[in-house]
Amino acid sequence: MSMITHHLSDKLLMAYSAGTLPEAFNLVVATHISVCDACRATLAGFDAVGGALLDDDCATMGADCLANVMARIKSGAATTKPEARPSDAVLPAPLVDAIGGGLDRVQWRAVGGGVRQAILKTSDKASARLLHIPAGAAVPDHGHHGLELTLVLQGAFHDEDARFARGDVEIATQDTQHTPIAEPGQDCICLAATDAPLKFRAILPRLAQPFLRI
Amino acid sequence: RVSRDTTPDWAALLRRVAETQDNDAFAALFAHFGPRVKAYLMKSGADAASAEECAQDVMVTVWRKAGQFDQGRASAATWIFTIARNRRIDMLRRDKRPDPEDLPWGPEAEPDQEDALALQQETAQLTKALRALPEAQRSMIERAYFADLSHSEIADVTGLPLGTIKSRIRLALERLRHSLN
Ligand SMILES: [Zn+2]
Ligand SMILES: [Zn+2]
Repeated sequence: MSMITHHLSDKLLMAYSAGTLPEAFNLVVATHISVCDACRATLAGFDAVGGALLDDDCATMGADCLANVMARIKSGAATTKPEARPSDAVLPAPLVDAIGGGLDRVQWRAVGGGVRQAILKTSDKASARLLHIPAGAAVPDHGHHGLELTLVLQGAFHDEDARFARGDVEIATQDTQHTPIAEPGQDCICLAATDAPLKFRAILPRLAQPFLRI
Repeated sequence: RVSRDTTPDWAALLRRVAETQDNDAFAALFAHFGPRVKAYLMKSGADAASAEECAQDVMVTVWRKAGQFDQGRASAATWIFTIARNRRIDMLRRDKRPDPEDLPWGPEAEPDQEDALALQQETAQLTKALRALPEAQRSMIERAYFADLSHSEIADVTGLPLGTIKSRIRLALERLRHSLN
């Protein structure tokens, strides 16, 4: 846990706390926080900002509201206990929920170069996918039209800028052009989310893009 | 704006709801937080009628989940904000927002009194500091939380005094992880 060196930005954590991120980014944030106490604590700080703002202003409630609420409380289930959420060694609970099972349930599809992907169901404001990159293989050189978050779940990759291992998030923007390469030794599994299609340099991935939906 | 001088101990009232289903404690929480949750939902774009309806849902959830409130990790207002935020996302049909995996709740996870007190004080400081921010910055933060600034429109929030709260919560998390190992 203490090995994580690339974290979420304050901007992303604040938007996640406020509840204004596209679903695909929410999934990356929830998954990262599941394994990162530093960002969990920062999020708690942003939730405290929300609490302070909530506490600062009030509207008038109808006179019968409390009685309505008490009636509903007395007629319904007494209390709710937090449910245990399954997770596995690679996938934290938010991803197991999104997939409907562990790593063995992922429906991989080949996308060329030995790389496999599985697109996760989210709202269409941004897309989320799991990527399986064989040890030593590269994702084609590409740039970005929008924001791309890549969270490492297993193995490690590096690009021109830095190295990313389990728990690390790479935040790529319009200004980032990179070729992520999985390190030798262990296949790399990542969760990637983006709110715009990637821009590939080479002609072949560009032709394949509509089919691969990347 | 609300005076802090005579603030009741909301955390203690939540505990009374959890432990003895205390109606009076809940009525006090309702009188304070119900109207605030309604105002929050209206500022987020709900009309008055549905905001009032959803504020009632939120308060029902506060009763049912009171036993999960941990005053070593959040103030009552913070915790109720997270419930209201989740209800707002459902109500306005915003993008789904999965929660992170929670740390397990063992019998050892009893909140540390000292942690809880320090967190309370730091939350009060944060509230004060937020009020003291330059108007432009404060209104940017309000719009981020209420009026749905998109993530790309949120400016960098440097100057927000989160430091002490963050390290306090991190300490509490470390202690919790330690007690679980
Ligand atoms: Zn982090
Ligand atoms: Zn990229």
